[in-house]
Parts: sequence; C-alpha cells; structure tokens
Amino acid sequence: MPDGHMPENLDSTSRRRFLQVTGGAGVGLMVGFTWTATGRRALAAPAAKGLEPNAFVKVAPDSTVTVLVKHLEMGQGVFTGLTAIVAEEMDADWAQMRAEHAAANAKLYNNSAFGPIQGTGGSTSTYNSWTQLRQAGATARAMLVAAAAQTWGVSASDITVSKGVISSGTHSAKFGELAAKAAALPVPADVPLKDPKNFTLIGTRLPRKDSVEKSTGKAVFAIDVVQPDMLVAVVRRPSKFGAKAQAVDAKAAKAVKGVVEVVEIPRGVAVVATSYWAAHQGREALKVTWDESQAEKRGTDAIIADYKALLPKPGELVTKEGDVDAVKAAKVVKAEFSFPFLAHAPMEPLTCVVKLGKDGCEIWAGDQFQTVDQANAAQAAGLKPEQVTINTVYAGGSFGRRANLESDYIVEGVAIAKALSDAKVQGGKLAGRPVKLIWSREDDIRGGRYRPIYVHGMEAKLGADGSLLAWKHRIVGQSIMAGSMFEQKGKPDNTSVEGAAEIPYDIPNRLVDLHTTTSPVPVLWWRSVGSTHTSFAVESFIDELAAETKQDPVAFRRKLMEKHPRHLAVLNLAVEKADWGKPLPKGWARGVAVAESFRSVVAHVAEVSQDEKGRIKVERVVCAVDCGIAVTPDVVKAQMEGGIGYGLGAVMFGAITMTGGVVDQSNFDTYRCLRIDEMPKVEVHIVPSANPPTGVGEPGVPPLGPAVANAIAALTGKRIRDLPFTGTVSV
Amino acid sequence: MPPIKLTLNGKPWSVDADPDMPLLWAVREIAGKTGSKFGCGAAQCGACTMHVDGQPVRSCSTPIGSIAGSKVTTIEGIAEGPQAKVAKAVQDAWIKLDVVQCGYCQSGQIMSAVALLTDTPKPTDQDIDSAMNGNLCRCSTYVRIRAAIHEAAKALEI
Repeated sequence: MPDGHMPENLDSTSRRRFLQVTGGAGVGLMVGFTWTATGRRALAAPAAKGLEPNAFVKVAPDSTVTVLVKHLEMGQGVFTGLTAIVAEEMDADWAQMRAEHAAANAKLYNNSAFGPIQGTGGSTSTYNSWTQLRQAGATARAMLVAAAAQTWGVSASDITVSKGVISSGTHSAKFGELAAKAAALPVPADVPLKDPKNFTLIGTRLPRKDSVEKSTGKAVFAIDVVQPDMLVAVVRRPSKFGAKAQAVDAKAAKAVKGVVEVVEIPRGVAVVATSYWAAHQGREALKVTWDESQAEKRGTDAIIADYKALLPKPGELVTKEGDVDAVKAAKVVKAEFSFPFLAHAPMEPLTCVVKLGKDGCEIWAGDQFQTVDQANAAQAAGLKPEQVTINTVYAGGSFGRRANLESDYIVEGVAIAKALSDAKVQGGKLAGRPVKLIWSREDDIRGGRYRPIYVHGMEAKLGADGSLLAWKHRIVGQSIMAGSMFEQKGKPDNTSVEGAAEIPYDIPNRLVDLHTTTSPVPVLWWRSVGSTHTSFAVESFIDELAAETKQDPVAFRRKLMEKHPRHLAVLNLAVEKADWGKPLPKGWARGVAVAESFRSVVAHVAEVSQDEKGRIKVERVVCAVDCGIAVTPDVVKAQMEGGIGYGLGAVMFGAITMTGGVVDQSNFDTYRCLRIDEMPKVEVHIVPSANPPTGVGEPGVPPLGPAVANAIAALTGKRIRDLPFTGTVSV
Repeated sequence: MPPIKLTLNGKPWSVDADPDMPLLWAVREIAGKTGSKFGCGAAQCGACTMHVDGQPVRSCSTPIGSIAGSKVTTIEGIAEGPQAKVAKAVQDAWIKLDVVQCGYCQSGQIMSAVALLTDTPKPTDQDIDSAMNGNLCRCSTYVRIRAAIHEAAKALEI
C-alpha cells in the first residue's frame, strides 16, 4: 500500500467516492478526531473494575494491559512494536502487556496516513501510531497516578511508576488495584509525553508478543476459524482475466459426497460443501463454459513487447529539471529494463469466514483494509457498513495482497453466503449458515492482483571528465490506482514512479516520464510497490555509469549524494560494516545499492559467488537502515532479513508469465520462491536516530535486487536488464 | 466403509472418511486440530508437515487411507510425545530468538526441525539447509530458523 498520496491528497470527486465507499463521515471529523476528547463517549460504559481511558488501552483488574491494535498483524510485528509504545509511556512491565486486534471502526481506528479509513500498508503502522499511542499510554498512566494520589493522600508529583508498579513512600500498587478507581476519574487532556532520553523499553530487545502462540500451533488464522454448522467453499474462476461464466453444468459436482450446493457469484462459480476436500473434489468435477470476449488474450511476452514499443515516445511528464535534450554529451549510455508480473503468494492462501444473517454480517479474516472491506461487504450483502462486523485475526502473510480496494476475497465470501440465503436455493434452508471460503494455492498464483509488468528506458549523458550531466528515465506500465478511489485524475500514478521521480542524486538535467497502459489483468501493490522496479532501474543504472566512467560505485554515489546526508550516512554505514574495498575470496564480488522508500532509507551491500558450473549464490548481505527511532530494534532487524529474502527470491526467479492470456504458473513448483539454502547470511545495522519512526515492513526490499545485480555485474561483467535473473545467469 | 484407525498424538483415532482424503484435512476438519497448515496442497511448501511413525511427511499429499495403523503426531502433540525433549528445545529456541513473523509456516518448520535434530543432533548449516529445504517461509525467517536449530542443538547437548 502506498502512502503520501492518500486521501489527504484526494481531489473532491475522489474524496466523495471514497466516503461513499467507506461510508465514512466527514473528513473533518476524522482528521479532527482525538480520542482524549471523544474516546470515552465512543465506547460503551467503562468495563467493570477495569480502566479503558481511550480506544487503545484496557487495564484489567489483574493488571494485564491490553493494547487494541488497529493494524493487522501479518508478521511485520505490530503486536510487539505498537504495544511497546503504550508500555513505554505507561512505565509498564513488558510481561503484563497484551495485544489484540481492534474492531473495524474508521472513526476510532483510521490510519492517519491514509485518511478516514482503517487499514494497514505503506509501512505506516508505527509512523501513524507513534504519537497516538504515546498519548494513549501517557493518559492511562496519568489516570492511574491520579487514582493513587487520591487513595494515598499524596501529591501526584511524589508518585513514581516503574515496571508496572506505582509507588510513593511506603505505598505501592499494581495497575489493576487502581484501575477501577482511575476509571471513575475524568480523562485528562494533553498529558505530557516522556522525554525520549528516559525511554526504557523503546530501543531495547523485547520478546515478540506472538512468538509463543506461533511456535506452538496455537495462533488462530482465518483458515482455522470454525463456526457451528459451517460450510466450506471454493470458487472456480476463469482461466483468462476478464472472462465471465456463460454456462454451468453442476451435475457431476453436486454428485460428489459432501457437496451441498453450487452457486454462481459475480467472480465465478462456488462449490459449497461440508469439508474442503469435498469442495475441492466438487470443483474438479464442475463444468463451466466461459465468455472470453472481454478477456486478456495476450501473453506476457506480447505485453512486454507492446510496452517496449512505447519507449521511444515521450510520456506523461513526471519530473523535469534543467533541459536534458539541450545537453551536449561526450558519451551517451542507454539501458532498457523489464520487470515481470509477480504474485505475492503469502503462505496462508486468501481465506475468510462469513456469517450472514438478515440484519447483519460477521466476517473473520486476516483483514488488512478493515473499513474498506466492511463497506464492500455491506454492499455485496445489501446491508449498511455498520451492520458488518469484522473480526481481524492473524494473517499468514500478505505483502500487500490482502489490502485491495475491491476486497476481492471478502466480497466473494459474502456473495456465496448471500447466494445460499436465497429462498430459491434449497428452499432457503442453507440461509444463515457460516461459510469459509478457501483459495487454493493455484487460485492464489493464478488469481491476479500482481505487481504490474513494467518496462524502463534509461539514458544518461556523460561529460568528457566522466561527470553525469543529464538523466532521462521513461517508465511504461499499468496503473495500480486507476479506477480506484485513490486515483488522482490528471496526475501520473505515483505508485508507478515513486523511487524514480525523486532520487538522492544531484544531476543538473533530469527528465522522468510515464506511459500508463491498461489490461484486464488486475494489478496491486506488492511489498514496496513502485520501488520494486524503480529502485532496480535507478540503482543498476547508476552503478553502470560508475563502471562506464571507471569510478568506484560507492565513491561515485557519494559525490552525487552530497546534499542528501541521510542517504549518505546509511550508505556509509553499510559499506563500512561490509568492509567495502577489502579483498574477497576468488570468485566472489560485492555490489551496493541504496534506496529511500516509505520515509526510510536502506542500503545493502551484497556479496555473491559463482561456482564452477557458473551458478550464482548470494553469500552475505550487509544492511544499514535509517527508520527514525527503532521502537523494537529486533523487529526492525527481522523485517530487514525478511525483506532481503522476499526481494531476493523475486529478483532471482520470481515471475508470473502468461501464454495466450493463461497464467503458466500454478503452485510453488512453477512459481519458485526463495528456500532456506538460497538465503544469504544477513547483518543488519540500524542508524541511531532521534526522529519519529518511519517504515520498516517494505524498505528492505527495494535496494536488494540492484545490490545483487551490481555484484553479479562486478563478478561476471553481465548487466541484468530483464528480470528475473534466471533469464541472464544461472541461480 | 469401515473407519480408518490410527493414533493421533498418542490417542486412538478412528476416522470415518474417504480414504483419499489427505491426512491434513482429516486432522484439521475432522479431528479439529488446526495447528498444521494448508499452504499448497501439493507437497511443495511443508506448512502441513506432521510426523507419521516419527518421520516428517507432507500431510496435504498423504491419503489418510494409506497410513492406517500409523502413529500421527502434530504440532499440538509434539511436546508431549516421545520427542518431547527435542521438541521443547526447538520451541524454546524459536521463542528465544523470535523466529516467527506471520507464523503460518512455523508449525511445519518446527516439525521438520524436530525430525532433523532427532536424527542429527549436531547439524551443520548444510545439514539444516538440506533438511529444511522443503519448508517454505515467505516471510524469509530462514536466518533465524538456522540460528534456532543450532541453539536447540546446543541446549540438547547439556
């Protein structure tokens, strides 16, 4: 999910559509909303004997403190990081802290980086929660302290709080003992926050809140949710994007033992059964004829060729500095890059459980866009958004897939439940039965919403002294935002050009432009969005220019980066820790890349080797990151490790290809993903910072591909232009 | 058709199911134990890994009828069965090093790691890479999986 071009920037038409879709109230109310003023009003009566000073914190009589997390825990660590922010301001003990997903509510739980919607993405969870949760924690602490002062007859200033114990002189109490009394007090406004130099939890290693459950098989994902009388559904979808069901022969499917019903829904044909196995077998037996008149019938080779044909033509202007065409060059260097479709392939295939009644709908999902999904589900069910309850559970990964503006899998689940509630279907006797929709891995790999195909054309003009005088960057690809509530009419899609429009290199003449293409293949943000391809093109090309002018790639970058001290510091830390310039074993080489994304800056130095058979292996990656204050540094490290692995698998062999409009891959045997023997050693170094936290979930990805490609070029002389790497080298 | 008789986590288990039904779905939907996960349905990802008579198997591709009479152990039972000591060391190491991210593949990772350490108490990185190669992790927690297996091996030495 991108940000920075979210509803705060929406034009009035988009804003209206946005509010229609989300069912939100006025934006003013959302932006102006503060929990200190209205949180109490928005909640039901305070819990008996407990303290709920706002929408984010609950203190129970047994002293457990529960943080209501408005973001989806999908592995990125929000249950730990966001809980740490509250714990810090409360001076709580880490062991007493709990985390749970908050209910869907755009008023209480909107993402301030997006506007009036509750959702997770764009690496914004910590960034947009930082001040909000510090205030939430500080307020809870102030109320507990006030209750202690009243009880003990002492001044609040004579009270200290440490590791969950409130003390003054000989008095001492745990949070729970004072919670009921604190709950009766008025909620104070503008409680002062801690001086960061007094932080005791933030910046330290704190055990993840979800480790025990997830290491013992007890964590509950949507696929694990069981409801009484629940049915299980799978959906047959067309093999070509844009096709529609024309005729359905369900006889053989219905004859499968355990199949209960077959229903048509807008996105395909659902087989509903008493078990997944029966539903799966029923789907195998189902016969559907498809109308393919509006379908994409091109193969991906043809799409890439169509895009390359656009490269000579000027596109929509994105950035213009100086006059690229007027520059007289001693040498011109050109390069073209192509990037394939990529599937997200989270380990848990898309799943939801839907229980639809006459007056309401309850949904269980690893829900990433709670209030968008709530609105779309309501529309599909014929209900109002407030009649839809979303129960967010752990998501088995997402990488962007579960956040989509059409709420694809949620709407499918609701459509199935709605079809079953029709009185004409078995006399309505299936109405109200909960339905669990499970996508198979094949459904996931072939189901679209891919990182779009992009083609880039780069051109640099060099002076006789090797200086970089001019830079031209043309991008061709499908828009993620077009047709969505986030589309900004009349402006280039930022998700196509982020990472290219602004670069940390000072070049006197620079032109960036964009051709936006269309296709029935649905596309989506994929961990680090536009920077998945822009950073590869920029950082590969910069490296090539350094080589072209016989300069060290680090020295070349440093010279152009003088006015970007934050980038420079990150680059310097990475190369220092990686012993840049020191000899490596024979058959090894290093490559470097640096990229800013989601307000953070990451640099990677990759070390690669090549064996006698010519096979490339990535041996080690040294990472430096500036993400502002690292709230939970070990989670930051984990996200860098994960971003490196996720990015590496994608650049080495990740590709969704199509032949005649049909996806060639179907499962992990054909959509190859990184395995443990391909994972390099990783070192992560965090730049100390006093600035507010910025993104960590995505920023580890963008510089990984070019760092490895640059190392491969240093080792073999081969520049990788077309991804994945398997087209150029053996990996 | 007579019910299929097995042992699940040390207790007798009689399953009335299509013998072609994969063990994974019988355990998840009939026995109600959901710790083992569905990731691919094709023995490609290892999220469904269980032990059958002590050996790690991909339960998504194991017909229940093909293992009648066997002893099946899942993540729910591994810490109490004959491999309890190894399992505890592995789970403790997983928790100590905060291996998990999304967590969806981790039941399968742990089942494979327990099998590895049972056979090879002091694995090298290479042993780990080859034993764990069938278990995908899209969050790429691989660095910590390696470290946690070494950690568990160390704890078991004592």
